[in-house]
Amino acid sequence: MEQTSNVVVQPVDKNKIRGIWKIAAILAIITAIEYAFAFMMDAGTLRNIIFVGLTIVKAFYIVSEFMHLGHEVKGLIYSVILPMIFIVWLIIALVNLEGGAIKDSKGIIDYQPDGTEQVDDEL
Amino acid sequence: MASTATVNNKSIWSGGAAPFKASYGKLMMWFFLLSDAFTFSGLLITYAFLRWSAPAYKGDPSDFVFSTEYWPIPEKVYNAFPGGFHGDNWALVFVGLMTFILILSSVTMVLAVESGERMDKKGVVKWMLWTIIGGVAFLACQAWEWSHFIEGTEFATVADVFINGRWVDDYEIFGAGLSFNQYGPPAFAALFFFITGFHGFHVLSGVVLNIITFFNAANGMYEKRGHYEMVEKVGLYWHFVDLVWVFVFTFFYLI
Repeated sequence: MEQTSNVVVQPVDKNKIRGIWKIAAILAIITAIEYAFAFMMDAGTLRNIIFVGLTIVKAFYIVSEFMHLGHEVKGLIYSVILPMIFIVWLIIALVNLEGGAIKDSKGIIDYQPDGTEQVDDEL
Repeated sequence: MASTATVNNKSIWSGGAAPFKASYGKLMMWFFLLSDAFTFSGLLITYAFLRWSAPAYKGDPSDFVFSTEYWPIPEKVYNAFPGGFHGDNWALVFVGLMTFILILSSVTMVLAVESGERMDKKGVVKWMLWTIIGGVAFLACQAWEWSHFIEGTEFATVADVFINGRWVDDYEIFGAGLSFNQYGPPAFAALFFFITGFHGFHVLSGVVLNIITFFNAANGMYEKRGHYEMVEKVGLYWHFVDLVWVFVFTFFYLI
């Protein structure tokens, strides 16, 4: 109880607050760019790569700044980041290679409406 | 000075030191979040795997119609906004709003942690309250989106299913359930329910944790304790929920 009386509230560091809102603005702008791509570019592999790339940029800012991981000890950074790198490897292997292989081996064909031009999905 | 150097590299892990310069609770929160990230990775792998091995729609997007034969274009599914707004002009607007709400609530959480570092009880209480409001707003948006997704454009009535005295299988389906949906293959709705539902459940748990922390902070519990580390730990969880949404947003609504 006696501790409550001598709590000293430190003054606000304006630069720190400004930094937080700057990160928020970056996240909002990246989301806006994703929207622009969603409406101005046709669907395809290239657009998907752009989306995933921008998502990873957003994830970097959230984890590094909001979750403060960028300011932790190196050992802690690596014990979180390294397993995730292996997971990304697994995702690429399973989704890209296995998913496509299953689709081919099962003979699944994409739907192509009559009288429309083929929209090329490849890079 | 050599006689005082009792801590060397070998003894740093034998107790009494904090090699990662983080408390036990914070470290364990990080490793819990890592394991939770594995779970969400599993779900997103399942989603992408099923989607990549399903037939895609290769025609002109403006001619797109829903069919259970191929995977739908997300912009055509998520194009409604509360108040009866519907159509291509409203594609992804509502999801964008949800993303914006969650990012903002993440910012208010950072501000709560920042206030806690300065022992500013008033600031913590204020920003925790804004974070809770953001979380509840997100959950409300998701509830609306789910109900709209389930309801679909129209209801299937008995007249659609029971024709000429017989129950028929090939009636037109409206809305979505776990076994049928109007938008695409059954897996499409099942994955939507499971992944956004699992994320929504995380948001709900986060809101509950935020409310507990809010009351503890308001009652002066952390001030008595001398630090606001609990706000940081709950904050880590809350940012993780935001992080997962960033990925769900990309894989579910954009790609």
